[in-house]
Amino acid sequence: MSPQEILNKLTEKFADAIVEAKVEGVLEPYAKVKVESIREISSLMRDDSDLQFDTLMCLSGMDYGKGILGVVYNLGSIAKKHKFTLKIEISVEAANVSSVESVWRTADWHEREAFDLFGIVFTDHPDLRRILLPDDWEGYPLRKDYQVQEFYHGMKVPY
Amino acid sequence: MGLLDKRFENSNIVITKMDDLLNWARLSSLWYMQFGLACCAIEMMATGASHYDLDRFGAMPRATPRQADVMLVTGTVSIKMAERIKRLYDQMAEPRYVISMGSCANCGGPYWEHGYHVLKGVDRVIPVDVYIPGCPPRPEALLEGLIKLQEKIRKSSLVELKSHKSPSKADQHMAG
Repeated sequence: MSPQEILNKLTEKFADAIVEAKVEGVLEPYAKVKVESIREISSLMRDDSDLQFDTLMCLSGMDYGKGILGVVYNLGSIAKKHKFTLKIEISVEAANVSSVESVWRTADWHEREAFDLFGIVFTDHPDLRRILLPDDWEGYPLRKDYQVQEFYHGMKVPY
Repeated sequence: MGLLDKRFENSNIVITKMDDLLNWARLSSLWYMQFGLACCAIEMMATGASHYDLDRFGAMPRATPRQADVMLVTGTVSIKMAERIKRLYDQMAEPRYVISMGSCANCGGPYWEHGYHVLKGVDRVIPVDVYIPGCPPRPEALLEGLIKLQEKIRKSSLVELKSHKSPSKADQHMAG
């Protein structure tokens, strides 16, 4: 299916949830959706017989600055040979997103990474721990306002 | 070498200083701990392989710190890894030596400013005997670093060894 057809299909079912969409003139056609509906939309994307997004190719955390965080879901369909991108935005104060681990198992470690580096909390994730940094690390390093800690276990961290 | 030359003439008696004998034994069998951290480790593997043949200096890899004499810190030391390196170093029997290979292990390398996860020099957790500059250093540079360490051991004495805790800056050699 073309990106426009995929978007139409989404709009059919979730007209209220789509905040913004761009399918022409961009490298990766995307739809920005409301954070509350991300899991329902994900389930539809996977299960719909025309869409069949069987693969979560990548899940990335984002910091857009000015207190806005985001998550980007790059979806692909091996069966249908098409792809699409979903985006959500959240505020730093309420950085809670429903986990899509139950939809695509791939999301497990990706969401842990986004939690580790951006501090985005994925609700209903089965095992939300830091994945790269030590468990007792302070702060979320890929946030724009990150200040590195002076010492970690007695070792000086900055140069 | 010159140490044991022509001293075997008629009898089986060798006369030498204890220091010289021990130093000769130690510098001739510098077994290194078999572990690598990053791309420098690839150069270390190349050095250990047949073309550069690190074995000819009596250096061969041991897969346990208990049997290793020298630790080659080959690559970026992340802060998470630093605690493990410290533990491995503590598990090595004395006398033990450390060669810091490459810019990352020396001072953080390209990660010095924004690498929140990188220890800015392995000498922040363990004492280093020889620093090898390079990113990564060529096998020749690693060989020279090992030879520098051998020179250092050749000059050491039992009295010094006893108080060998952390080398002062003056004792450290720069290779390359």
